[in-house]
Amino acid sequence: MTLTIHDLRKEPGSYLPGSAACPGCGATLAFRIASRVLGPNTVYVVPASCFSVIQSPFPKSAISAPLYNIAFPAAAATASGVYRAYKMLGRDVNVVVWAGDGGTVDIGIQALSGAAERGEDIIYVCYDNEAYMNTGIQRSGATPLMAWTKTTPTGKREMPKDMPMIVAAHRVPYVATASVGYPFDLANKFEKAKKMKGFRYIHIFSTCPPGWNSPVSKTAEVAKLAVDTYFWPLYEIENGKLRITVKPRKRPLKEFLELQDRFRGLSDEQIEELEKIVMEKWNFLLHLEKSERVF
Amino acid sequence: MGLGVPIIIPVSKPSKGAAGKTGLWRVERPVVDEDKCIKCWLCWLYCPEDVITEGPNGFPQIDYTFCKGCGVCADVCPTKAIQMIKEEE
Ligand SMILES: Cc1ncc(C[n+]2csc(CCOP(=O)(O)OP(=O)(O)O)c2C)c(N)n1
Ligand code: SF4
Ligand code: SF4
Ligand code: SF4
Ligand SMILES: [Mg+2]
Repeated sequence: MTLTIHDLRKEPGSYLPGSAACPGCGATLAFRIASRVLGPNTVYVVPASCFSVIQSPFPKSAISAPLYNIAFPAAAATASGVYRAYKMLGRDVNVVVWAGDGGTVDIGIQALSGAAERGEDIIYVCYDNEAYMNTGIQRSGATPLMAWTKTTPTGKREMPKDMPMIVAAHRVPYVATASVGYPFDLANKFEKAKKMKGFRYIHIFSTCPPGWNSPVSKTAEVAKLAVDTYFWPLYEIENGKLRITVKPRKRPLKEFLELQDRFRGLSDEQIEELEKIVMEKWNFLLHLEKSERVF
Repeated sequence: MGLGVPIIIPVSKPSKGAAGKTGLWRVERPVVDEDKCIKCWLCWLYCPEDVITEGPNGFPQIDYTFCKGCGVCADVCPTKAIQMIKEEE
């Protein structure tokens, strides 16, 4: 069954308006939609990130579900413990890590890998704004090649880690990419993950207007173009089988890059190089889609 | 055994406007033209702040107390039914 806008409108979410999030925040949009699908029987674990701040200052919180703030590297380990504690109490609860890219691909990767290997019964979500935003736009292991950040003033020279594939290599039951530009695809992936058992991982491309220097009103558009230019392919790997879930609308990569000042000043050759890398990855995915199992 | 120091458990309570009346951040205000609206609810879907609801007349209604004026709703509206109007000084 695929979720429609009417299904989503019926479900209450766990986000309350009037938070400390920047206007046009993609991470907030991702949480709003995901929490509607996950429902009220959900406990969140959040490591240090923008999402710690989005909750807003003590003693109030913009999140209406139970949420545990924890040290940067410890989210997946904490979630493992939280799930087991509920289990001992005889309660079946969705335990969800809601972490940034820095907290996932760099600082939290050890605990994440351990939890994936042990097959912990949790959903790990990485909302990916492609840098350490909460501390003022430093590069992370998820920052794209050639992107400006304060610690890559001439553009990042390294490739980002392919985190969804790293997690998939643990042979967990479910791995998916998502984008805030494709909210139905995102919602349906949460719906699927929620119904499965074991370690599940969803990696969401989340626009960050102040960090990417993109127009505040273009949060959805940037995240749509990321998919439609092949920059951020949407796929899922269910029990080892890969399926591409959204066919890109074949837009030139330039349209995506032009909306964000973090890619300003790239030469035509650099854009061509990026295009080549992006298409190589896409063709690789098409190839993987034909395999019985990718891992 | 008393520790002699007060123990504070920092638990925040859910609340609308946890960061105050964020509508005050707004520079431009989204205004819905009901003649153009086709009730597709895409503005609702994409509003990061979750401030769009169904008003008594069945059209989208915006909670200006918290709407941050990002303009995402206007950008995604397929019929251009939402205009961003400058707030008065
Ligand atoms: C061990 C430790 N190192 C550094 C910090 C400072 N710190 C807090 S949030 C943050 C950035 C988080 O980046 P990311 O996980 O990508 O989330 P984002 O803020 O981008 O949403 C950093 C470096 C910290 N809280 N703890
Ligand atoms: S810096 Fe980016 S991710 Fe963080 S709250 Fe602002 S828009 Fe959201
Ligand atoms: S997006 Fe536009 S047409 Fe659709 S419900 Fe909102 S205002 Fe109406
Ligand atoms: S301007 Fe932004 S916060 Fe206000 S209703 Fe539109 S999308 Fe929501
Ligand atoms: Mg980040």
